[in-house]
Amino acid sequence: MTEHRDGEAHMQVPRYSGSARINHWIVAVSFVLLMISGLALFHPSLFWLTGLFGGGPTARWVHPWLGVVLVVGFLGLFLRFFAANLPERTDWVWLARLRHVLAGREEYLPEVGKYNAGQKFVFWAQAVLVMVMFVTGIGLWPAGLAYFEELLGFKATIDQRRMAAVIHAGSAVLTIAIWIIHVYAAIWVRGTISAMTRGTVTGGWAWRHHRKWLRKEIGKEPGGPQPAE
Amino acid sequence: MSQLQPAFGLSKRSATTAALPAAKPAVQVAKLIDVSKCIGCKACQVACMEWNDLRQDIEENVGVYENPHDLSPNAWTLMRFTEWENPERGQLEWLIRKDGCMHCQDPGCLKACPAPGAIVQYSNGIVDFISANCIGCGYCVKGCPFNSPRISTADNKAYKCTLCSDRVAVGQGPACAKACPTKAITFGTKDDMKKLAAERVEDLKERGYSKAGLYDPPGVQGTHVMYVLHHLDKPALYAGLAENPRISPLVEVWKGAGKYAGLALLGITAAFGVVHHLLAGANRVTEEDEENAEKLRGGGA
Ligand code: HEM
Ligand code: SF4
Ligand code: SF4
Repeated sequence: MTEHRDGEAHMQVPRYSGSARINHWIVAVSFVLLMISGLALFHPSLFWLTGLFGGGPTARWVHPWLGVVLVVGFLGLFLRFFAANLPERTDWVWLARLRHVLAGREEYLPEVGKYNAGQKFVFWAQAVLVMVMFVTGIGLWPAGLAYFEELLGFKATIDQRRMAAVIHAGSAVLTIAIWIIHVYAAIWVRGTISAMTRGTVTGGWAWRHHRKWLRKEIGKEPGGPQPAE
Repeated sequence: MSQLQPAFGLSKRSATTAALPAAKPAVQVAKLIDVSKCIGCKACQVACMEWNDLRQDIEENVGVYENPHDLSPNAWTLMRFTEWENPERGQLEWLIRKDGCMHCQDPGCLKACPAPGAIVQYSNGIVDFISANCIGCGYCVKGCPFNSPRISTADNKAYKCTLCSDRVAVGQGPACAKACPTKAITFGTKDDMKKLAAERVEDLKERGYSKAGLYDPPGVQGTHVMYVLHHLDKPALYAGLAENPRISPLVEVWKGAGKYAGLALLGITAAFGVVHHLLAGANRVTEEDEENAEKLRGGGA
């Protein structure tokens, strides 16, 4: 419902339901903890990060289990958001005008639906990388690998396990780089963070960045407005 | 539990970028295993269990000589048996190799290990796992070109032959060498062991094993456990002994250039954010945007 809340100057547009926000923060927290416990093993200069988990053995133990939490959580986000992230023709126009995007000149861009091409890229790239990290992570996990070898009746070779290590570390770097861009975009584009904290954005934010989506949301009124996922 | 032997200086320490305290140059030690003398009695396996207080669970007999089936956190050495028909000599040969950590001069396990000080190389060449520092990640298993380390499911620590570093620290030889009834296992300085090996190789050659030789693979800068083989040209005959062992290029990429490329990419991405924000400034919603939204609602879509 595009309502004015009490004492608020601007119209508020609902963007994320409560359950979508909880789901997002489960993924975000597990991701950050995975990043810290993973980077601790990535380079000796970062090994001290294991102290945040109570030492090396605990960090090593908790990392793969956090991975399980992340994968389950991400699956939830994937199912919620995937329809809104399907590519459209205007996404290519948006990408071709990336320099206007970076300069904040939105008047030169096509009207954007719920997500712009950059957000869609983050969505699909993280979906692929989380799956790759899950599979290679199991290859790196002595107890988890033994479980799956028993379950599926195969034996991973040492070379396959080496490959898993290289791919896991490489995808971790990519996924963290994309995560940095994701967080930076949320900070740079002011007014975005309330979407994931309070669940709403202002009408002006929606007009400026996601006009097509705003038109649709307003069009939904008065026929029983629902929080969009 | 395997512990640090303070009697020795360190020449390498896992996941450690700071310089190590200078160690007195120590004489390089080696164990020489003369496969041609081994009778497969497994006295060495028993001695290893005894000295290191290891008990492998009893397994099922599947009709092979190996017992237990594989190296394990409780079996740091294992006699591997191969029956081979030598086409040149027209005879059956029983090739028995004592498997276990080779104590590489360039140890892949140590290179792969992410935990500071969980793997050390003493200045005499022995490679030792220090249980107190081990986090049980299993990276050493991926780093090793000989597939020696095993991770215990009981305490999540990595185990392998220590070359009896605790015995060597007090001037003793390894337990297996002491127990071997045929002196197929000997221990001493690496130079002495090479000399002894040269005599043995000459003897084998005189007896018709023209390809006999010493297995001290240069790909890992030599090992501190060496074999005298009757068929140095065919190491794989000996239960798959590595032909040209070296640290896998995958491990080199993972632990070498990959780390720096990865950290650099993350640094560049973060720097991009900072620079972009300084140049472009915040992307703010204007009052006009808010008014436009109100108008859109007011006027219907
Ligand atoms: C998705 C499920 C995941 C599983 C099952 C998994 C599992 C593992 C395992 C078993 C290791 C070995 C060390 C350890 O146990 O700590 C590891 C290392 C690592 N993980 Fe993950 N992980 C997952 C996701 C992630 C994510 C999302 C990130 C980054 C945000 C990440 C970053 C890392 C890094 C940087 C390393 C160290 C690699 C190296 O030492 O070169 N992992 N992972
Ligand atoms: S044989 Fe394997 S475990 Fe032993 S020193 Fe070499 S790399 Fe390390
Ligand atoms: S499991 Fe191996 S690689 Fe991992 S910390 Fe222990 S010794 Fe190092």
